[in-house]
Amino acid sequence: MGLSINIKKRVNGFKLDAQWRINDELAVLFGYSGAGKSMTLRMIAGLMKPDEGEILLNGKPLFNRAAAIDLPPQARSFGYVFQDLALFPHMTVRGNILYGAHGLSKNERELRCRDMMERFTIAGMEKKFPHEISGGQKQRVALARALIRRPDALLLDEPFSALDAPLRSEMRNFLKEIRREFPIPVVLVTHDLAEAVALADRLIIMAHGRVVQTGTASEVLNSPSCPEVELLVNTKVVWV
Amino acid sequence: MDSSLLFSLRLSLQVAAVATLFVVIAGLSAAFLLARKNFPGKELLDMVLTLPLVLPPTVIGYYLIVLFGRNGLLGAYLYAWTGWSVMFTWYAAVLASFVVALPLMVKTARAAIESVDENLINASYTLGHSEWWTAFKVILPLAGKGIIAGAILSFARAMGEFGATLMLAGNLPGKTNTMPLAIYSAAASGDRSEANTMVLLFTLISGLFLYMANRLTKRGI
Repeated sequence: MGLSINIKKRVNGFKLDAQWRINDELAVLFGYSGAGKSMTLRMIAGLMKPDEGEILLNGKPLFNRAAAIDLPPQARSFGYVFQDLALFPHMTVRGNILYGAHGLSKNERELRCRDMMERFTIAGMEKKFPHEISGGQKQRVALARALIRRPDALLLDEPFSALDAPLRSEMRNFLKEIRREFPIPVVLVTHDLAEAVALADRLIIMAHGRVVQTGTASEVLNSPSCPEVELLVNTKVVWV
Repeated sequence: MDSSLLFSLRLSLQVAAVATLFVVIAGLSAAFLLARKNFPGKELLDMVLTLPLVLPPTVIGYYLIVLFGRNGLLGAYLYAWTGWSVMFTWYAAVLASFVVALPLMVKTARAAIESVDENLINASYTLGHSEWWTAFKVILPLAGKGIIAGAILSFARAMGEFGATLMLAGNLPGKTNTMPLAIYSAAASGDRSEANTMVLLFTLISGLFLYMANRLTKRGI
């Protein structure tokens, strides 16, 4: 079980060529801005179409150019947390979370929503709107909304980049906690090395649209495969 | 106010209301299509829908006569089947108002729809919701103010329609003389007091609509 991709895409002179596979683990897509990390995530979710290749989730093809398979995002079971969280400003916290519970019975929706709010420590905020709650609470709502449907995998696009340092580390711990209850493949995009090292079961390092190294954090830190990776991991290694 | 003035006022409101209803249905569909879809001929459709904004009303009136006149391209069939023609009825005024008001709705609604954050739409898709459901639950509510503003502008424009209405519906007292036509008649026959009353009334109503539309669009979407 897991997620595997082998995709190519050209956009406006930028060339992306990425292949990797992960199991039910937390993989961090790490690299500078513009390395193609977010683009990779969008293609996995079906928000952008690769030119070539294949995307498999738990053995099921979501995209396969040769076989003309291209499932729309609605038919791919991913929880997706956007960089700006993309909470619906016109819906309450409860409304946002319930919006993620598509395809469940009314009872089940209510039950799961209460359970998620309890678990994500946002109980009592049901009637508040996104602009009325704190940054950390918004993160939790976005995660709850993405997970309530119990997706087959979770995609996180720099979800903590807007938070200040203490809150970021709190959210990292929180993410580790909920990983225990949702043992699914997680792909997290970040350009923050400390975050990458703190969270990753596996690091996937990207530069200029290509995967330049994969491995555990210690493997990558101890033996960078090329000067690019060395530069990426050495600049901030003192903070780890 | 005398009864002929009241008739004109009532007819104008009725024509504008019915025209706006159709404008909202057609305009919103077109705006969605132009804002969210890519298809061949998209630019052409945009141009055709915008043309009534810049064409003289007489040109629009002429086109409508060619299409819907008793011997028109469509009108001939309609007349042959039903013995009825839209010409010189209040429906003709609705038709003329519809065509001239449509661009305002399309432009305003399209801008409002395009202003909705793409990520919110993508979020809805990744949560398993169809394009239709997303349109109703995410795009429409967030673009709502702009869409209502477009409807109000369209209503005001429909109410003020004169040229194409004159050509298509005529200026028949007690039948098709909407307020702009009644004002024209009053001014032409030198009835200054009647003209003054109607002009003032019309300016007030139109001003009120513009004020409402402005308030809606200024308060952010």
